[in-house]
Amino acid sequence: MTFLIEFAGILLSTCRDVLPILGLIVFFQLVVLRQAIPNLGRLVVGGVYVVVGLALFLAGLEKALFPLGKIMATQLSDPLFLYGPSGAEVETAVWQAYGWVYLFAAMIGFATTIAEPSLIAVAYKANEVSGGSISQWGLRITVAVGVAFGIALGTFRIVTGTPLYFYIMVGYVVVIAQTVFAPKQIIALAYDSGGVTTSTVTVPLVAALGLGLASTVPGRNPALDGFGLIAFASLFPIITVLGYAQYVHWVQERRKTISKENN
Amino acid sequence: MKAYTIKTIGRLIARKLWGATTDLLPIVLVIAFFQLLVVRQPLPHVGEVIFGALLVVTGLALFIQGLEMGLFPIGEALATALARKGSLFWLLTFAFALGFSTTVAEPALIAVAGEAADIAAAGGLIQADDQARSSYAFGLRMSVAVSVGIAILVGVLRILRGWPIHYLIIGGYVMVMLMTLIAPAEIIGIAYDAGGVTTSTITVPLVAALGVGLASVIRGRSPLTDGFGLIAFASLLPMIFVMGYGILVFN
Repeated sequence: MTFLIEFAGILLSTCRDVLPILGLIVFFQLVVLRQAIPNLGRLVVGGVYVVVGLALFLAGLEKALFPLGKIMATQLSDPLFLYGPSGAEVETAVWQAYGWVYLFAAMIGFATTIAEPSLIAVAYKANEVSGGSISQWGLRITVAVGVAFGIALGTFRIVTGTPLYFYIMVGYVVVIAQTVFAPKQIIALAYDSGGVTTSTVTVPLVAALGLGLASTVPGRNPALDGFGLIAFASLFPIITVLGYAQYVHWVQERRKTISKENN
Repeated sequence: MKAYTIKTIGRLIARKLWGATTDLLPIVLVIAFFQLLVVRQPLPHVGEVIFGALLVVTGLALFIQGLEMGLFPIGEALATALARKGSLFWLLTFAFALGFSTTVAEPALIAVAGEAADIAAAGGLIQADDQARSSYAFGLRMSVAVSVGIAILVGVLRILRGWPIHYLIIGGYVMVMLMTLIAPAEIIGIAYDAGGVTTSTITVPLVAALGVGLASVIRGRSPLTDGFGLIAFASLLPMIFVMGYGILVFN
């Protein structure tokens, strides 16, 4: 019974998210375009699927995965777990002691990105638009590797307390350099893949990890150091997607020159 | 005939559910690995966890089915109809309204803005009373929502005009770097994160369909090269606006 009430609440808030979009679409169809919506029945059914599906998805996450993920994020960053019984007296963080945290950050970043519905949507579109030459799983795995690396590096930053902007600026320089050399068709998609990675699944878990770390690592201020993981998670997928595109391009060029030489 | 249809539908549903299961599998493996081998503590409420996982799988399968049937077609149909109508004003109005209206009420953004206000109050940058805090949080939300609106508008304009995306994005990066130098430290982390939290799960497919739809209708544009990139603007511009807001408010 309590579950039904919880689910109704989530369903209601999903409906509220959809409301502005619905209003906008209805306004433009009726007032600006003044034409009937084609395939209205199918669209309505699809819309209901999206809302109910998303609500079920979120309710399931709240029930199953978020509590566990959050508990584990706090447990893994607990000084008692990391340093053993003497953990309570540790005053300066030793970054080598946090191996499990980096591994957890990378793996949970990868896993949540694979399940991220926004990324599934963009990968689906990219596959359709490219006529199948961009595979859905290829894009999703490349993005997930970027998120994994980004979040692991982000936790390293929290542990060491180094300034956020330093990492982000180096990342930007890398992206700019890659943009110059990467195949032109992929650039827009690569930039987009940075923004879509962080939504319903990744943000709550990653935020819990960041705040958990910033409040248990000695010498860190959760208010200042807890933020920034999401920025890492949105920057590094751009680098991996551009990198992967460059790699594929390079392999193709090489194959061409080799077959030319053989002729 | 009828039995055949039911069989096909059954197979289709099974395939969707299986797809959603493989999407979820990595999370289950990671949590199981750390729970069993590293943290080594008994799993609380196993029944509830399994029930939740079933909900997630069903929900994801439904959501993807709904994308194909509802969100993608409506986004593309609107993009096509607006492009055919040929009114730049309405197209840009739609773009701005889509970005603004879906962001302003976003729960993640409301939560982040509230937290940011507490931090600013604790740092002595704004007054610690409730009124100062809520007006600061409101200002933050508005700067993000307006910036997402402008981002989608600029992105649509880019598709229409065929501007190369990397000049705009690199220009944006340079802006972010320059503003980081002069922005107060308390706003930088929030500004960098603000880019990521703005685009919700329902907005992304719609915006992607809008971009791809526009790029396929307009002659000389490729859906792949020109259709994507709207979300990139929507995650870049909020950083600039939030830092700008910080500079304005704190000085």
